[in-house]
Amino acid sequence: MPKTEPIPGALGFLRSDGRKGIRNRLLVAYLVECAHHVARAIAAPFAERGVELVGFSGCYPNAYAQDVMDAVGTHPNVGAVLLVSLGCEEFDRSRLFRTIAASGRPVATLVIQKEGGTAATTAAGRAWVERTLPELERVPRVPLSPADLVIGTKCGGSDGTSALTANPAIGRASDLLVDAGATVIFEELGELFGCEAHMAARAERPELGAELAAVMAKARRYHATMEHGSFGGGNITGGLTTVEEKSIGAYSKSGTRPIRGLLRPAVRPTAPGLYLMDMIPDGPVRWGHPNINDTTEVVEMIACGAHLVLFSTGRGSVVGSAVSPVLKICANPETFRRMEGDMDVDAGRILEGRGTLEEVAAEIVERVARVAAGEPTRSEALGHQEFVLGYKHFEPLGPACLPRPAGGR
Amino acid sequence: MSAASTPPPVLRLAARDEVAVALRRLAPGTPLDPVAPGVSVREPIELGHKVALLPIAEGALVHKFGVPIGRATRPIAPGEHVHVHNLESLVLKNAVDHAED
Repeated sequence: MPKTEPIPGALGFLRSDGRKGIRNRLLVAYLVECAHHVARAIAAPFAERGVELVGFSGCYPNAYAQDVMDAVGTHPNVGAVLLVSLGCEEFDRSRLFRTIAASGRPVATLVIQKEGGTAATTAAGRAWVERTLPELERVPRVPLSPADLVIGTKCGGSDGTSALTANPAIGRASDLLVDAGATVIFEELGELFGCEAHMAARAERPELGAELAAVMAKARRYHATMEHGSFGGGNITGGLTTVEEKSIGAYSKSGTRPIRGLLRPAVRPTAPGLYLMDMIPDGPVRWGHPNINDTTEVVEMIACGAHLVLFSTGRGSVVGSAVSPVLKICANPETFRRMEGDMDVDAGRILEGRGTLEEVAAEIVERVARVAAGEPTRSEALGHQEFVLGYKHFEPLGPACLPRPAGGR
Repeated sequence: MSAASTPPPVLRLAARDEVAVALRRLAPGTPLDPVAPGVSVREPIELGHKVALLPIAEGALVHKFGVPIGRATRPIAPGEHVHVHNLESLVLKNAVDHAED
């Protein structure tokens, strides 16, 4: 992917803030669990036409959830949003509506208690979607280059092969993408225990290194209170014995380039390069586990602007995501043979002498280009649209966390 | 198939690691040549699981990628499976084993 040249065949959807999408979704968003069924009923007939379901289940307001919903509603892959409210929940639907409307996207709010219940709201919602879908086709299309892309990295269902094939291949691909001008995000602080010193030394600025060390110390305190890491039975069945063993493998996804900044969910990178996303809540442990499942962090990276997510799996995760395509890199050759229909890249071939790390990394970069040009990933083609959003608390980022913006990003 | 074209049974990720990772399902008696000459697998080892290459004393650190991944909770003989039954984290308690899966 040469930095200055457009990605062949890729035409991005130009948004009013200058960002470019690789998809043009219409989202139906429920603003409390009580509106979930109605939102699902509105979206269901349009599943093949780029309409997706997202939402927040909680009745009580939460600044983090509000920020993530604002970011998802104005994500470059999103062209229009229908908000579905029960009516008495405390989510600030007016703020979300104003944020999306200010971006120039078509947006409407349906309040079930005002519309007259389930059937009336479902009918009104389907009519709005039907009217709005043609408007999405009027979004200007512009050439895309690697510098326009934000790419998340994630592993899920890891096993003893993840660290040998898929994760280092994603790390090498991350280096190639960063060198081409892209932005790459890694996260999973609970899977970086033992890598703190190495990570701090990769920070572009010493004061950023101190911030990275501080969030890792926070992650250790948080997990110690939880008495549970991001390490589970499936990992153990797959041959991983301890969280630090898993960490080394997870860390290899971040490649070798300098770390430019520290994000938290719904904070956007200010310049291209490699970022760590801090997903461990600030303050005392409240509301439970920091990542209740893999989708939590996928959604958080999407809220940071990720256009697509590179997802490494050994045991065989099948998840995709609403909003942004998930590209599945399978670490384990036995898993690949068993679940080939869910996997995009066969990284486990490295173990069987059918390919090298460099070849798999080059294939990942090539697949990123094709997905950016519109080719569906396997999870996308299978209709996966996972989305989850819970309660968290974050303090504002310190001034050392983000690099100074490099031009009009 | 000649021995030269058969991938090795295990991968040792750093020169002084006490353990190696099985690159396929290994049956008891499988020799670990050339990674650990004279050592044979003592029990079935699944793909991605670890096998001891050297004698490991109770309480000793165990390394993979040259990095400590935990401490032996009992003496481990060459060829033994190294896992939650004989290795514990230095960082966090292990989760519940789902070996019945």
